[in-house]
Amino acid sequence: MEPVLSVKGLNLYYGSTQALKNVSIDLPEKQVTALIGPSGCGKSTFLKTLDRMNDLVPGVTINGSVQYRGLEIYAPDVDVTWLRRQIGMVFQKPNPFPMSIYDNIAYGPRTHGVRDRKHLDEIVEKSLRGAAIWDEVKDRLKKSALGLSGGQQQRICIARALAVEPDVLLMDEATSALDPISTSKIEDLIADLKNTYTIVIVTHNMQQATRVSDKCAFFLLGELVESGDTGQMFSMPREKRTEDYITGRFG
Amino acid sequence: MSMNILSIPTHFKGSFGRQKHVRKALERVMHGIFFFFGIVAVGFVLLISAYLIFSGLPAIREIGLRNFLFGTVWKSTAAQPEFGILPFLLTSVYGTAGAMLVGVPVGFMTAMFLSKVAPRPLAAIVRPAVDLLAGIPSVVYGLIGMIVLVPTIRSVFDLSDGACLLAAILVLAIMILPSIVSVSETALNAVPKEYEDASLALGATEIETYFRVSAPAAKSGIAAAIVLGIGRAIGEAMAILMVAGNVANMPTLFSSVTFLTTAIAKEMSYSSGLQRQALFSIALVLFLFIMLINIGLNLLLKRGKEG
Repeated sequence: MEPVLSVKGLNLYYGSTQALKNVSIDLPEKQVTALIGPSGCGKSTFLKTLDRMNDLVPGVTINGSVQYRGLEIYAPDVDVTWLRRQIGMVFQKPNPFPMSIYDNIAYGPRTHGVRDRKHLDEIVEKSLRGAAIWDEVKDRLKKSALGLSGGQQQRICIARALAVEPDVLLMDEATSALDPISTSKIEDLIADLKNTYTIVIVTHNMQQATRVSDKCAFFLLGELVESGDTGQMFSMPREKRTEDYITGRFG
Repeated sequence: MSMNILSIPTHFKGSFGRQKHVRKALERVMHGIFFFFGIVAVGFVLLISAYLIFSGLPAIREIGLRNFLFGTVWKSTAAQPEFGILPFLLTSVYGTAGAMLVGVPVGFMTAMFLSKVAPRPLAAIVRPAVDLLAGIPSVVYGLIGMIVLVPTIRSVFDLSDGACLLAAILVLAIMILPSIVSVSETALNAVPKEYEDASLALGATEIETYFRVSAPAAKSGIAAAIVLGIGRAIGEAMAILMVAGNVANMPTLFSSVTFLTTAIAKEMSYSSGLQRQALFSIALVLFLFIMLINIGLNLLLKRGKEG
């Protein structure tokens, strides 16, 4: 099967510091790919190149090829807003807007021109159900999303990302700010979502990578050291550096 | 830090007790001095309030509150004087509202530009320029209004005299810009970047993000900026004295008008008797207005901090 995202020879520089070195990887459809590695290894930076969120950082230069379903996403004629609708993102820190729960979920569809009230209601319910939080918030849709717990807020953010019907979902350490119960809820959710979406997660937590991911990619100092099936990588890493990391010898 | 500087070497231990005593006394004196200066400001507010109330009430009692507030004719020096301040009240309200109508959108957009859109070098030029506006004395605004704005209005609208409410509105609008811009910009700068990232990641454009996420998130700060602007506009006297024409007409856009502030300023120097007392009453009304606005501002700022 054709990969959804295909990266070849990707280099990224912050000013003169190189943060990603010649990264090549394919991300298969409807699978969870986990990006692991120690802090500062470039995994979050890599994730952000996939929906061009690095465009916003001053002084970034990127070369190499990133293709989304065959389309070169750094080509000059690519509509970034279109790309970001296809490739949604959930951030490390839950960041619901300071608005009602309903308005948070409806924000994306409204931005993209959905005005019809009934249609919006449907999208909101569907997205909240998709993020497994509908039952918890259905009676308080008009209340501020900031009144929810951190885990609930993160699921609101996932629902908000689902509401624009993306194809790919990027999650940047989406559970690292959450307690274990909220974390396990979101892990269950990820298992569920991969039936519909292609998912890429960044995680510090190697247990989490083994629990939720099908594929795994190990980054070190801006280099993609090794990638492959998660089970295989954790049982029989090809590279010594991978083995040292996953057995906890550093990082 | 100061403990270290003042600490006494061990062989002076005998004098330590006295030293401590002196320091304690010094502390107490300093407390007293700070307390005194802290109280001075409060004291002036109380003094001014009391003075305005005592000197403003007699005229209102004599003229009658209804006649004073809702009378449409002000003839303070006629043989049969009349003291209706409705023309001044309405002029102040319309003038301030008009200045807001012009100044708030311009100020808000400027703040948005400085905070979100402008490239850093450009913002570094525009921001001090806006701040400089705040430092220009109001008489200079009046002067430029008189020399440039008033003749322009006269010729553009084909009036016999260009000194009118419109001229005052435009001058006020420019004068309130710096406060609106700087307070709104501070509020916009304080919007967490995470909100904007979330919006962009959903496929919103930057401009959509600024208007639909950043501005609503900064709304209490922007509201405070507006109230601050209202306070400045309603209290301004000198600049509008020079461009508004100063006739006690009921206000229309092109009529020569008198504001609450300018009514006091232009007559006080030659006033006497009931006329003088009535001017104090106008000051009292103005004072109450500004008090209300300040209370509103404080509530907004407080809510902004909690929200």
